[in-house]
Amino acid sequence: MAGYILGIETSCDETAAAVVRDGRQVLSNIISSQAELHRHYGGVVPEIASRRHVELILPVVDQALQTAGVNLSDLQAVAVTAGPGLVGALLVGVSAAKGLAWAAGLPLVGVNHLEGHIYANFLAEEQPELPALCLVVSGGHTDLIYLPEHGSPHILGRTRDDAAGEAFDKGARTLGLGYPGGPAIDALARGGDPAAFAFPRARLGDDSLDFSFSGLKTALLLEVEARRRAGDLADRLPDLAAAYQEAIVSVLVDKALRAVREYQVKCLLLAGGVAANSALRRQMQVAAGRAGIPLFYPPPVLCTDNAAMIACAAHYYLLAGQVAGWDLNAFPSLPLGKRPQGPSLEERIC
Amino acid sequence: MLTLTTSSAKETFHLGEILGRLLEPGDVICLQGELGAGKTCFVQGIARGQGVEDYVSSPSFTLINVYQGRLPFYHIDVYRLTDVAETDQLGLEEYLEDDGVVCLEWADRIQPILPPACLWVVMGKRGPTERSLRFEPHGARYRQLVADFKAAVEGRD
Repeated sequence: MAGYILGIETSCDETAAAVVRDGRQVLSNIISSQAELHRHYGGVVPEIASRRHVELILPVVDQALQTAGVNLSDLQAVAVTAGPGLVGALLVGVSAAKGLAWAAGLPLVGVNHLEGHIYANFLAEEQPELPALCLVVSGGHTDLIYLPEHGSPHILGRTRDDAAGEAFDKGARTLGLGYPGGPAIDALARGGDPAAFAFPRARLGDDSLDFSFSGLKTALLLEVEARRRAGDLADRLPDLAAAYQEAIVSVLVDKALRAVREYQVKCLLLAGGVAANSALRRQMQVAAGRAGIPLFYPPPVLCTDNAAMIACAAHYYLLAGQVAGWDLNAFPSLPLGKRPQGPSLEERIC
Repeated sequence: MLTLTTSSAKETFHLGEILGRLLEPGDVICLQGELGAGKTCFVQGIARGQGVEDYVSSPSFTLINVYQGRLPFYHIDVYRLTDVAETDQLGLEEYLEDDGVVCLEWADRIQPILPPACLWVVMGKRGPTERSLRFEPHGARYRQLVADFKAAVEGRD
């Protein structure tokens, strides 16, 4: 049946599968770290292991199909993240997708994971208008992406060292907060003064849209040591969290806004785990308002790694006639803008 | 054993670059040091010395970043791993036995599974921008490497 795409995602920690209809309606979105599967697997949290992906992939796919109420034979295609990511982890998803697609006689679509994050914003009734600018911010990525039209994203700026999510996590560790670090800092910062400490903002030159957070991490370490010596560390934790968060968020917002003006985009998109940060959303909302364009951000479950975004991206791959061959491989260093190509749809039909 | 100190991130990067030029297929560099000790900065220098032109960003979340310079360049970070058993499932051996160059951050966390022959670099903070780097070679290849590295660093001055 036309319209239903099964998506599979195993590029890093999560084993995930989802069914999406017409590229916008999420019928199921199963992520292995979710509660039901925890119970199912005796409370074991899935780890980075390829072996864990192997154990979980078929139950997760089954649950995605069952929850959506569809069979393999109802699907239009099977889509899978082919890169970037850990090669062993990617191969589990790619192999499973090939097997399922082959058995059901369906087209196979190999999706770029980073492009998938952008498409999490298209899983909604209201569709972002192109050209768009998307900021993908997560533990592994800080990418400012220009999307003039479907299928041709390119990176305008990215981190030269630590990713924004990593800066949150390592900052939280330095402040003695729990994991995950982003939400912990976000919560603590609400009771603090963002102007209490002047942490550095790496601008990297006027023209650069790149980011750098490694110096900020070190500045926080030094300030924490100074406060510990002064004996007021515990009292100043909310201020430290607020000022540290402000230093990360303000650079993200400034550069995104600069790119919005430079590229004359019609909307601003957020994606990745850090897109759930409340200060980032608030300040981006203000910045987008000032630029007179709408801001889109996915619900938290679609911000972190998931398979619904992969199925959504695949919808646009199929519209462009891009399906993968049975020789589809995993590409650990696949750059944005590169799609794992196979023979064209016409060649497959002929 | 060789201990050096640097007074800026730029100098730490430059030491990495000198070491990177000397690395050969199969070399394994293990890095140890707390947050902010300059491990990633040093690895960025090594990558430059290996001819990697891409930005080398931190693999703390992605775990393994793969680059191509003169040789395949594997930048691995086990920061997020809590025990050796997890590493066992990551397939690290494949990288450690490959003919590329491996730089491994937070190596002390998985010491039991590391190859006996490798170069250990222990980094520490001496001040806001000052860092110390202690080079501990294990095995003949790495003793030679540190001797060559020392000569190259002294030749620079």
